[in-house]
Amino acid sequence: MGLLYGLLAVGLALIFGLMDVTNFAHGEFLMLAMYLTFFLFAFWALDPLLSIPIVAAGMFIFGAVIYLLVIRFAMRAEANRGMVQIFATFGLAILMRGLAQFFFTPDYRSIPASMLGGKTISVFGVFLPVPQLVGALISIAAFGGLYFFMKKTDFGRALEATREDAGAVALVGIDKNKVFALGWGLGSALIGLAGGVMAIFFYVYPDVGASFALIAYVTVALGGFGSVFGAFAGGIIVGLVEATTAMILPPSLKSVGIYAVYLLVVFIRPRGLFGSI
Amino acid sequence: MDSFTQRRRRDLILAAILAVIAACVPVFVKDVYVQNIMVLTLMYAALSQAWNILGGYCGQISLGHALYFGLGAYTTALLFTKFGVLPWFGMLGGGVLSALIALALGYPTFRLRGHYFVIATIVIAEIGLLLFHNWDYAGAALGIDIPVRGDSWAKFQFARSKLPFYYFALVFCCVAWFITWWLEDSRWGYWWRAVKDNPDAAESLGVVVFNSKMGAAAVSAFLTAVGGSFYALFVSYIDPESTMTFQFSLLMALPAVLGGIGTLWGPVLGAVILIPMTELTRSFIGGSGRGVDLILYGAVIVLISLARPDGLIGLFSRRPASKGVPQ
Repeated sequence: MGLLYGLLAVGLALIFGLMDVTNFAHGEFLMLAMYLTFFLFAFWALDPLLSIPIVAAGMFIFGAVIYLLVIRFAMRAEANRGMVQIFATFGLAILMRGLAQFFFTPDYRSIPASMLGGKTISVFGVFLPVPQLVGALISIAAFGGLYFFMKKTDFGRALEATREDAGAVALVGIDKNKVFALGWGLGSALIGLAGGVMAIFFYVYPDVGASFALIAYVTVALGGFGSVFGAFAGGIIVGLVEATTAMILPPSLKSVGIYAVYLLVVFIRPRGLFGSI
Repeated sequence: MDSFTQRRRRDLILAAILAVIAACVPVFVKDVYVQNIMVLTLMYAALSQAWNILGGYCGQISLGHALYFGLGAYTTALLFTKFGVLPWFGMLGGGVLSALIALALGYPTFRLRGHYFVIATIVIAEIGLLLFHNWDYAGAALGIDIPVRGDSWAKFQFARSKLPFYYFALVFCCVAWFITWWLEDSRWGYWWRAVKDNPDAAESLGVVVFNSKMGAAAVSAFLTAVGGSFYALFVSYIDPESTMTFQFSLLMALPAVLGGIGTLWGPVLGAVILIPMTELTRSFIGGSGRGVDLILYGAVIVLISLARPDGLIGLFSRRPASKGVPQ
């Protein structure tokens, strides 16, 4: 479960952490990805495992388009930029939830039979559910990929440079909007990965994103903004803390542990565990 | 007399005129549904004004004000139903309690900056929500039903008429506005704006940044809790979902942001536009259950925040504040 939170957080880490844009519609992006997975299954009987690349590609385009249509303008605001971003993306979240209710109806949906659903595998005598295991593997791969991407490729460096000083970057001939649109696309594609995996074992409904979004923010902040590795570590910590709290406290209080650990960490280290900004 | 003093005098006169007009409105508007919306509008205007003191003037963006709202509502409801304490004392008690809690929470959180601070406020409110959800004495998830014991000002209960609630909300809104107006020109007001613009520079000029933030948080939390008490009495039923969720924290900040953050009139203007719009879309098109009201509401928020980052109040000033176009 921790690795899943990590996977969920990695897309946000890219948008929220590396580009320093507040995205309060993160949960709704996830909701959309889960619906995409569901409909690919419902109409073409495409197994979630196979449709993950399609969903990721679809989300890439969606993320880039949202950047060009909405976020670009939100980032241009001079006065109280943070608030404009918060509320532009919050409005977007409500809009997406409304659209989902309108087109998909508020019903709970699930993917009844998939290649992985409901199966367990025994590893050293411990029974693990296969979908979660696959999710964990995808998560590790995604983190590794993103880490490599940010550190070793030109685009990764361009992204980081653009966040730090968009003006100077323009001087060396990098188009800020192009870089950020691709960054949003990439971040959304990662959310697509998470959505594809999660659609296998969670119900899909218009408000599904809200329950995961806050945990994703906490995960990223816990690890520290601007750090891919931090988000990964944050995900694992959040997963472990949740499992531990669930054992001590009643299940309805399981999130309290996560929140308390976040507060504890930032009170001691105001920039998260590995944060740079 | 400089222009700032003139403007402040104009604001005060305008506020008085608007208050008198608002006080006369119920004479002409008898429809209970419309009166209900007016009560909510005034309440949100006051709540948003309270949020604006901390978020707008002092620049500490809190998205956890639902905590103080819920504390106010629960203090009043619990004291009244369990101990028979009159709601007026509950209101005051809730306010003081919230202010104290705001100070206690401010002590560690005000060291945080930016996103870390915002997320901390969300998380703290969320912990409060979960605790109230599991607190059996306070009704847990079922909440508290405030029994109706006949109309009286002492108990602040009026089963038949919404007018007393309307007038209380109006007074509350005026008080919140007046406090903001008064603080704007006080030493605190100047400190807050300095802290908002550049905390490091403010510190070097002798502003005690930390204490300034604490002061703003206490005033803001007190007013928010009074609003929570009022809400509990107005709807006479509270549960954690209806008073302490994250959505609620956003709803308190939204009017100020859309109207004009850190301005005297922003929260009022934002609430007057936003709340009737929310209520009307909800009751006229929301009934279909297909989320059309959400689509409209979301679209309006996106458009306003993109088109007018300084808030709608900018439409009323003679000169656009940010661009500085010569007349």
